Amino acid sequence: MPTHDELPEIRAAEREKQGSYRHSIRVCMAAGCLSQHEGTIRKALVDAVAAEGLEGEVQVKGVGCMGLCAQGPLVMVDDSILYEKVTAEDAVDIVKALDKKPVKRIQSSLNIPFFQRQVKIVLENSGIVDPESIEDYISRDGYAALSKALGEMMPGDVVDEIMNSGLRGRGGGGYLTGLKWSTVSKAISDIKYVICNADEGDPGAFMDRSVLESDPHRILEGMTIAGYAVGAQKGYIYVRAEYPLAIDRLKTAIKQAKRLNLLGDNILGTEFDFDIELRLGAGAFVCGEETALMASIEGRRGSPRPRPPYPADHGLWGQPTLINNVETFANVAPIIRNGGQWFASIGTENSKGTKVFALAGQVKNTGLIEVPMGVTLREIVQEIGGGTTNDAGLKAIQTGGPSGGCIPVEFIDTPVDYDSLRMLGSMMGSGGLIVIDDTASMVELALYFMEFCMTESCGKCIPCRVGTAQMHNLLNRIVRGEARAEDLELLEQLCDLTRNTSLCGLGQSAPTPVLSTLKYFRHEYLEKIAAPPAEEAAS
Amino acid sequence: MAVRSRIKTLKIDGRDVSAHEDETILQIAEENGIFIPTLCRIEGLSLIGACRLCLIEVKGWNRLVPACHTHAEEGMEVFTDTERLRNYRRMIIELLFSEGNHVCAVCVSNGNCELQYLAQRLGMDHVRFPNMQPVRKVDMTHERFVLDRNRCVLCARCIRVCDEIEGAHTWDMRGRGIDARVITDLDIPWGDSETCTSCGKCVNVCPVGAIVEKGRAVGEMTKRKDFLVYLSKMREAKK
Amino acid sequence: MKKVTVATVWLDGCSGCHMSLIDMDERLLELAEHIDIVYSPLVDMKDFPEHVDVAIVEGAVSSSEDFEKIHKIRAHTGILVALGDCAVAANVPAMRNPFKVQDIEARAYLENVDLQPQVPDQVVPKLRPYVRPIHEIVKVDVFVQGCPPSADTIYYVITELVAGRQPDLINRTRPGA
Repeated sequence: MPTHDELPEIRAAEREKQGSYRHSIRVCMAAGCLSQHEGTIRKALVDAVAAEGLEGEVQVKGVGCMGLCAQGPLVMVDDSILYEKVTAEDAVDIVKALDKKPVKRIQSSLNIPFFQRQVKIVLENSGIVDPESIEDYISRDGYAALSKALGEMMPGDVVDEIMNSGLRGRGGGGYLTGLKWSTVSKAISDIKYVICNADEGDPGAFMDRSVLESDPHRILEGMTIAGYAVGAQKGYIYVRAEYPLAIDRLKTAIKQAKRLNLLGDNILGTEFDFDIELRLGAGAFVCGEETALMASIEGRRGSPRPRPPYPADHGLWGQPTLINNVETFANVAPIIRNGGQWFASIGTENSKGTKVFALAGQVKNTGLIEVPMGVTLREIVQEIGGGTTNDAGLKAIQTGGPSGGCIPVEFIDTPVDYDSLRMLGSMMGSGGLIVIDDTASMVELALYFMEFCMTESCGKCIPCRVGTAQMHNLLNRIVRGEARAEDLELLEQLCDLTRNTSLCGLGQSAPTPVLSTLKYFRHEYLEKIAAPPAEEAAS
Repeated sequence: MAVRSRIKTLKIDGRDVSAHEDETILQIAEENGIFIPTLCRIEGLSLIGACRLCLIEVKGWNRLVPACHTHAEEGMEVFTDTERLRNYRRMIIELLFSEGNHVCAVCVSNGNCELQYLAQRLGMDHVRFPNMQPVRKVDMTHERFVLDRNRCVLCARCIRVCDEIEGAHTWDMRGRGIDARVITDLDIPWGDSETCTSCGKCVNVCPVGAIVEKGRAVGEMTKRKDFLVYLSKMREAKK
Repeated sequence: MKKVTVATVWLDGCSGCHMSLIDMDERLLELAEHIDIVYSPLVDMKDFPEHVDVAIVEGAVSSSEDFEKIHKIRAHTGILVALGDCAVAANVPAMRNPFKVQDIEARAYLENVDLQPQVPDQVVPKLRPYVRPIHEIVKVDVFVQGCPPSADTIYYVITELVAGRQPDLINRTRPGA
């Protein structure tokens, strides 16, 4: 059972082992690339290495997401050569090219803004460590933060450090993480819980998925530190069942952490006990809402309840509960390792650190990126993203998923931070960023998101249950060109109602895509209404 | 007797009122004869805050809050009947009407229906949204009762009374959003339910004509809701 | 003083609202001093006049004939009153909406008919796919709920309109009765 002193020994041994290889070939084994090669590339590489008799000299390892998903499957050699759209047939060439010139036909450039403009904290290990090896994680300073927290800091110091970092919740709300931790730590109770919300469900978003698949130990470490800070002994990861790979890797990671006494009783030989269990979501988007999520963990129907009381006072089974999202927990270990001040030096005045975005839509470099808060949308889309596909004109950028809004191209120089996005009628959200080119209809886009909210409404409160269905109905009419001027007015009234009277965030934010497209692209709605056909149509 | 919570003074619609801090605005309003509409709430069952009809405005708060879930605070100024609230409430009722088959003219609960009452009280003179024409299952399998899901407003009173008072938990909810519906046991016909005790509590708490007694004519199908208050008071006293 | 011209119209409804109208009894005589009924199932006039001040419409829009009629009425009317739940909410006629017109016709004209079963293709107006309340087709100025609205309510509505006021029906009417 390792103690504080033994952790560095494991680290040193692993580093030595890895350093003994002359070359390291890393194969992406995250969902995006894996879905195309099912592990065949790694196997082919291992075989090719064996065929050349290089087993002792060349390491082949499966790693997590390298980000440039659009060009996958990706293979990286020695941090310096990136291969794209690799197939198993390329393995022999890749191995033969070691110590020689890279294989030209599949070589990708690392010398592009996509890689150069990113700053990696959350994804620092993604694409580098083997997500199924705890030793590999430890070799990259993994669990050093936990060791530091348990060995050198009081729980209050940990909370202070998070507070000083200025970290805000990455799940969408943007609430100050330190404040949340502080509230839960002050709550008086023998039993407290820590929950990691991994019920990522926004269309086009896969940030949390990638983190879980690429670096699961980082989440366990973050949660365990949180447990120590707030006085909890038990943690739950609520992960959607549609992420089987993430679930497998989390299961493996939990087992490994228990083996090395980094989870369980007397962690690292201290008095601190902490355990983590997985809970699988059955596919309801609303279970990402914290009160619905807790109901689901408790085994009840996943529908939200009014707040207050907030989970920090009255959470899981009525006990004080800390709920943070995957990316929030992913930031914890680096903050403890490097200090809150270090983290606060990155980003903007009110939005600290970095943000991971899943870049999707009509953009060349779709994939996963991490940028410091405050970079502009232009940098993200035009430089990192490489601009629109087919060189169509850029029309808008959608952030925040079905709860977020569309930002028109004239605001492309807006810095990406919580407050700027909100001022434009959108939101940071969890990190989905969809690029829309000028061939898209904004009314249809609003219709799409409304359909999503309608199908995902739990049905508990009337404004969301029926309001989303009636808004969907009205939008459909507008899209089909059957709407009257009064319909637009009615749509706006319903948006107002649903936003202000719904029980939970799902309903309250469901009208946002409509409102933001109405704000910036009203003419597209009016064009559809301008020439109504002779009444008849559908009725 | 335990010491009761502290007294708070507050204003509701301009009137000075005092209340215990553990009382909700809804209770305080009722004690003072101030009407706040409700639908999912029924005295004697837990609160779920689902219907959103009891939303109120509080001075200085930027969100509307449900009166059933908001407690008295010193000096708070509550508004229960603003133009904005009236509009929202009417629209919520319109949405309910548009969602189901609420044809009062042919409903056994005509004249004894909380939805119909609210429509009148909240000034709904027509529904601006097209009717969604649901085709939901009607369950006639129970010996004495009928469930017409087309008339259900999903207030979940049946679910709560069966669970919290009768202790049978025959009722539950299935599906989501506009497809959510009440079910008996694991969605088997009501008549086949092994947990149902046929106590009829769900019939009596149903605010509309969704759960009714067979063989009753309009005017006969009155519902008795006072039993709940009586039962819960007796249980409290026993404790 | 010039009398207010009034039309009453019967679309898809049971005529109960018109019964309720007649149920005003002797008050009809009093009203007759202020209004002229220029078009109605109760008077012998084939075509809708060029202009009426008030049109009181019972029933929902169910057939092609209803549809054409209501457009015509709207075009030639000052104040359009939707009278009763069928006009306001489509009510009982709309209970056929979940079914297909074909199925309804088959049921009515084929399945349940012994002698010469056939779906009429002349004289009887074509059913529209869905029955709609009037305001979903044309603009309505006054909504009078009830199945039927009481004679008192109808009397109130007419006297208010004659006096040039918008009737305040909040709390006076409700769906159903």
